Amino acid sequence: MPTSRLGGSGLRLAYDRRIVAEDLTVAVPDRSFTVVIGPNACGKSTLLRALSRLLKPAAGSVLLDGEDIHRRPARAVARTLGLLPQSPTAPDGIGVAELVARGRYPHQGLLRQWSRDDERVVAESMAATGVDDLADRLVDELSGGQRQRVWLAMALAQQTPLLLLDEPTTYLDIAHQVEVLDLCARLHEEQGRTLVAVLHDLNHAARYATHLIAMRDGRVVAAGEPRQIVTADLVKEVFGLPCRVIDDPETGTPLVVPAARARVGTVAP
Amino acid sequence: MIVIRTARRLSLRLHPRALAVGTAGLLLALAAGVLAIGHGDYPMSPADVLRTLTGGGSPAEEFIVTELRLPRLVTALAVGAALGLAGAVFQSLVRNPLGSPDVLGFTQGAATGALVVVAVGGSSAALAGSAALGGIVTGVLIYLVAWRRGVHGYRLVLVGIGMSAILTGVNGYLMTRVPLMSASRAMLWLTGSLDGRGWSDAAPLLAALAVLVPVLLACAPALRMTELGDDAASGLGVNVHRLRMLLLAAAVLLVALAAAAAGPVSFVALTAPHLARRLTRAPGVNLLPAAVIGALIIVLADQVTLRVLPGQLPVGVVTGVIGGGYLAWLLATERRAGRL
Repeated sequence: MPTSRLGGSGLRLAYDRRIVAEDLTVAVPDRSFTVVIGPNACGKSTLLRALSRLLKPAAGSVLLDGEDIHRRPARAVARTLGLLPQSPTAPDGIGVAELVARGRYPHQGLLRQWSRDDERVVAESMAATGVDDLADRLVDELSGGQRQRVWLAMALAQQTPLLLLDEPTTYLDIAHQVEVLDLCARLHEEQGRTLVAVLHDLNHAARYATHLIAMRDGRVVAAGEPRQIVTADLVKEVFGLPCRVIDDPETGTPLVVPAARARVGTVAP
Repeated sequence: MIVIRTARRLSLRLHPRALAVGTAGLLLALAAGVLAIGHGDYPMSPADVLRTLTGGGSPAEEFIVTELRLPRLVTALAVGAALGLAGAVFQSLVRNPLGSPDVLGFTQGAATGALVVVAVGGSSAALAGSAALGGIVTGVLIYLVAWRRGVHGYRLVLVGIGMSAILTGVNGYLMTRVPLMSASRAMLWLTGSLDGRGWSDAAPLLAALAVLVPVLLACAPALRMTELGDDAASGLGVNVHRLRMLLLAAAVLLVALAAAAAGPVSFVALTAPHLARRLTRAPGVNLLPAAVIGALIIVLADQVTLRVLPGQLPVGVVTGVIGGGYLAWLLATERRAGRL
């Protein structure tokens, strides 16, 4: 059993009285690239909100390093656990370097506004995400893919061993989706960070995740390495989609191919 | 950006342009203040004013400056700074450039409080107190109605506009109940005026500023983070809910006390933060420049009412005309730039 700094057990997740998940237990293996998948409204984003302290569970608790995450000071959590929400807003007229620098907030104070560490980490984060040549540009002027890399740089500048990403590829075209996911995989491998992402695309999840959590109706259907758990039966159970699972010719990871529309007899012309 | 660092892990970040705008605004406001003190039935040159302020004037000059004219100026500066600050906080909180206390109903609430006192008759101290109370009660009401798992920008704006409409109706009704003798007093108060303001009018607001300015400045970095959205700010370690409660309370208090001191001087809270942002060219909230610009606007507007326009016009007329014009221009240009 791998160790886990972040996880939750017996979680009841609810918005007011609408219960999204009941008795949910998850663990994020350390140094994994964990991806949560599932159909719409299965509770995957809600789970991420709970793990990132945005949603307080109605029952059960989320543990970070063995401590209830809601009992720890917000800033201390923010030095361990970073979050890139689904649609953050860039203030009007903010520059790239300035936005990335905001990731340093949990490390700063009234008398420690901009240390040498801050400066170095921001530069490194921009280099790691390939946005260093955009440093002086305005965020508003960037393309969607560039903007997402800037947000990732901000999250990196927070220097947290754990980083949660809520649908980081939404609204991006296929090339930018792959670019962002390649970047995440590289950050995971080179910097040894634990990443947790919610993704829509099952094939992306199967290709990039080292640990996959498949959810349906607020419960975990299967969790484990994609090669071991992604089967036609699982996809049928989770998404209700008949399919075949073949080997991805590029990576050897599972590739889900939806079944062709069933032909109900041929109609004569 | 200028960074000052010492060996002992201390590091400060200064924005030269914001610093320049703040300093220039402050100097202009003080210069206008010296001219303002010199103006009146007993004219004094700026040199005489400065001499008297530093304790070298004749007893007559001393009386005119410190008892008659300085309180008015200090009230003007304090009201302007309070409105500029509150406006900047509100606009940042509701993430809407139109989210000023004029629009959200706090000002109308203060007016309701004042009109009640005018209608039943009462001292000017009672009027000021009741106005402050009206603003604060309105703030609490808006907060309670807009509350739903935290206070969110849009709900606050919508509830505020609704509250503002209701209170405008209530104020109209109260005006009809005001005795004819007091009607002009009510109208004068409703426009916002600095006439005859003494130290006792400025004192509560000055005390509030002394406490709240440091609090607001300490909150400014966290407030900047909330501009990235609530989720992102939480992820960065900001306790968004607590921050919003604190800022809302501080801003409501400033607006209510400013209204108590000078009446609901219109459009300063809306205009000052915009001007500050345009001048500093810094994105997001700029508290101190907004406060300085607010103070400058009121002092200049007060001078316009005293020198340029005939008769004793209340200062709110001038800020209303300038601010309204600026707002119309802003809406037109922002629309053209596709930002609104």
